[in-house]
Amino acid sequence: MTVNGKSVSGTIEGRTLLADFLRTDLRLTGTHIGCDTSQCGACLVHVNGMAVKSCTMFAVEADGAEVVTIEGMANTDGSLGVIQQAFQDHHGLQCGFCTPGMVMSAAALLKENPKPTEAEVREYLEGNICRCTGYHNIVKAILAASGQDVVLAAE
Amino acid sequence: MYAFDIERPRTIAEAVAALASDEAQALGGGQTLIPTLKQRLASPETLISLTGISEMQGVCLSDRGELCVGGATTHAEVARMAAKSFPGLSGLAGHIGDPAVRNRGTVGGSLANNDPSACYPAAALGTGATIKTDRREIAADDYFQGMFATDLQEGEIITEVRFPIPEVSNYQKFLQPASRFALVGVFVAKYPDGVRVAVTGASEDGVFRWTEAERALSASFEPASLEGLSVPADGMIGDIHGTPEYRAHLIGVMTRRAVAAAS
Repeated sequence: MTVNGKSVSGTIEGRTLLADFLRTDLRLTGTHIGCDTSQCGACLVHVNGMAVKSCTMFAVEADGAEVVTIEGMANTDGSLGVIQQAFQDHHGLQCGFCTPGMVMSAAALLKENPKPTEAEVREYLEGNICRCTGYHNIVKAILAASGQDVVLAAE
Repeated sequence: MYAFDIERPRTIAEAVAALASDEAQALGGGQTLIPTLKQRLASPETLISLTGISEMQGVCLSDRGELCVGGATTHAEVARMAAKSFPGLSGLAGHIGDPAVRNRGTVGGSLANNDPSACYPAAALGTGATIKTDRREIAADDYFQGMFATDLQEGEIITEVRFPIPEVSNYQKFLQPASRFALVGVFVAKYPDGVRVAVTGASEDGVFRWTEAERALSASFEPASLEGLSVPADGMIGDIHGTPEYRAHLIGVMTRRAVAAAS
């Protein structure tokens, strides 16, 4: 498979999850395993351009696929990508554990829907859980990354 | 996770041959099966992944007015492809789980598992769909046989599902927010020869048709036709999320909403 533009290969067992292959074999530990039951979305990566939970897909099923992880989201010069920078600017993370999944989810959303409404952002994030409950600023960051104003009503 | 082998056949014929082994189990998108394996609730020796079979993917229109969906087509793909031709089905597919789950989960996997709270069984039964397998065609009315039970035989694969496209339809789901399954979901479809109403999430016997509502709506397709009709709480699921009486009540509410929203 290709991961973040680089061709990678490995010999793995059938039971190896994509998340484990990324983290253990490739040492790309930005992809987090939170719940391991496909609820929390911390392990979210893109496979052939689509958001998937890498804890709920076997690595062999991504054989030949193009995978993008959080490590592939920075600019080529190493500076933060637009979405990552927006998370920093709008305090879209507290402990940071869910952030890789949130950023990957946001990237998938903005590719599908470049100018989402606040409601659309919240709906799209229904499979990403933030235990710090910092959703408000995450939504703000994603709206900012889409180039829109970020005046949100307090909840 | 325990050790097992995984095979990725490229054709239906290869998959059927691989599934002939006793200890083999078909793997669709894995959004239910992989968590099940992690919990050791199933432990097949070999998984036969169906996601690499191109002849089981995609959506098309038949000349008989059916939407034909390949068994390995994801929910996200159905939501996109059916948006214009069959908005009721598109809306159902587009609200299963969450976006990442919809990019993996498949219609064949959902119907083969027949979770009593899954959305797709309501669409299949509510449209009178035909479930095409590697060896035969099964009418939806014969296919569902109770909680997690279907007419499928050992090793039989759902290769395609044909949904007759209704004049108007809608699916209303009362979300169980933790699982994102239906606490109660109702699919309503109006055809020239009558209305079908299928209910998921509510009954201990899995998806079922609410025939009394079908008769009333066939006479007059409006929410008011349902006034005075109710489903008995007997046999409804009772758990921490809702009593049998609560679920029975929700069936009426969701059906009225579905009729009002049908397009």
